[in-house]
Amino acid sequence: MTKLEIRSPLPGTFYRASSPETPAFKADGNTVASGDVIGLIEVMKTFQEIASDVSGANIRFLVDNEEPVMAGQVIAEVEQ
Amino acid sequence: MTIKSVLVANRGEIAVRIIRAAKALGIRTVQVYSAADADMLAVRLADEAVNIGSPAPKKSYLNIEAVIEAAKAAGVDAVHPGYGFLAENGDFADAVVAAGMIFIGPSGDAIRLLGDKVAARSVAVGAGVPTVPGSDGRVDTLAAARAVIEKTGFPMMIKAAAGGGGRGIRIVQTLDDLEQQFPQASAEAAAAFGDGGLYLEKVITRARHVEVQILGDGENVIHCFERECSLQRRRQKVWEEAPAFLLPADIREKLCASAVAVARAVKYRGAGTVEYLYDEDAGAFYFIEVNTRIQVEHPVTEMITGIDLVQEMFRIAGGAALSIRQEDVRVSGHAIECRINAEDPARGFMPAPGQIETLEIPEGEGVRFDTMLYEGYTVPPFYDSLLGKLIVRADTRNACLDRLKTALEGLKVTGLATTITLHLALVDDDNVRRGDYHTRFLEAWLETHFSLTVARKVEVA
Repeated sequence: MTKLEIRSPLPGTFYRASSPETPAFKADGNTVASGDVIGLIEVMKTFQEIASDVSGANIRFLVDNEEPVMAGQVIAEVEQ
Repeated sequence: MTIKSVLVANRGEIAVRIIRAAKALGIRTVQVYSAADADMLAVRLADEAVNIGSPAPKKSYLNIEAVIEAAKAAGVDAVHPGYGFLAENGDFADAVVAAGMIFIGPSGDAIRLLGDKVAARSVAVGAGVPTVPGSDGRVDTLAAARAVIEKTGFPMMIKAAAGGGGRGIRIVQTLDDLEQQFPQASAEAAAAFGDGGLYLEKVITRARHVEVQILGDGENVIHCFERECSLQRRRQKVWEEAPAFLLPADIREKLCASAVAVARAVKYRGAGTVEYLYDEDAGAFYFIEVNTRIQVEHPVTEMITGIDLVQEMFRIAGGAALSIRQEDVRVSGHAIECRINAEDPARGFMPAPGQIETLEIPEGEGVRFDTMLYEGYTVPPFYDSLLGKLIVRADTRNACLDRLKTALEGLKVTGLATTITLHLALVDDDNVRRGDYHTRFLEAWLETHFSLTVARKVEVA
């Protein structure tokens, strides 16, 4: 089993869900397919979707909801 | 009481602007900042700086308690809110006053009254100012909305009573549209603004956005003429001019007088802006809303009138009567402001935070650059993308456009993408040069003209 990283392409604020009322795009332990949206990054008051560029199982988030992230920072890991 | 010290409850270029005005008046400056803004220019320029919290605006610049605590601890006389953040929050204005300090702006009650778009519309009607055809106040039911539309026709805007700054607006073209969108708009407004109240306004298809700068001391109100801000993208102004060059003199006079009437009706105190739509074909203007703050585009008014609006805000808030008489306010020449944003026009205006490598600022007669940039500064991703405003004045509009082009060519920012390229294309456009544009011009122009320019450049490269 190898661990694959999903990184944020942009700096900003990370969100797990599209709004406070909706469930998270992915919960810890979910399976992820390449292209799946796993979160949003708020950059200068605009929202960009973060899509996974890898497929894998058992996603684990390394960044909390509403936490600041840097460009290139690892947001989550999946197992393959 | 004359203000001797001020806390600047904002960031970016407007914080720098406020500090410069305060310094010119000999006022001690205290700058608040979030953990992401410790390096910002306003922190470097202020006499003192206070960290008020983490980067997220609601934990720092929108945190009323933290801002008030910082102001009390610094022992300042007054708080200047700038624009955005807490600038139009009546409860914040009240909290500043309750803590024994001066809020540089109108009273909390005036902010709440004019901030409620429906109440503001009633004030305008009461002052004899024409409003956009639509509902008289709030519309509670779909049936009531249908009745309004039977009189005025489509297209119609559904607006949130508590909205503003272009947020909370939907356009409907048919009854089916209305039936679908009305309940959604109400739910959305309730979620976004804590108030599901809606009102209706007819869409004026080819409208210009014209606004009048006012100054009031609670008794007297004067206007400082108007600005034309029709070049907008996603309802955000991109390029502003003063005066509105194609406005006939008799209409200008009525427009400015109506803004003064609205402000007098609420005994307005401070600097404010009364916004209108101007229907060029009909020669008619309609009140939209009042902004109870200093606006981003205030420098174009300063450049043509010679009035320092931010300094006037300090004087009025300190208790002085207006020192400028209406007959002393004169328009001299023409001014244009370009908003320089950290966005990449070649990539759909993708936000582009990052580090400034080099910065060259044009200088010369009639050229002003209001900014928070310096070489080596890292623009954080947590706030809006405005980096600075290039403002140019000349004796005529044509001379102003020529001077603007030279100034834009002399403004060089490296390290991140900016909208300078957009403005260079706009200043060369025939429609822009003729002044032939309206509020929906820019978005269409970006599709037809600008994307072609960008594509051509890519091919050449």
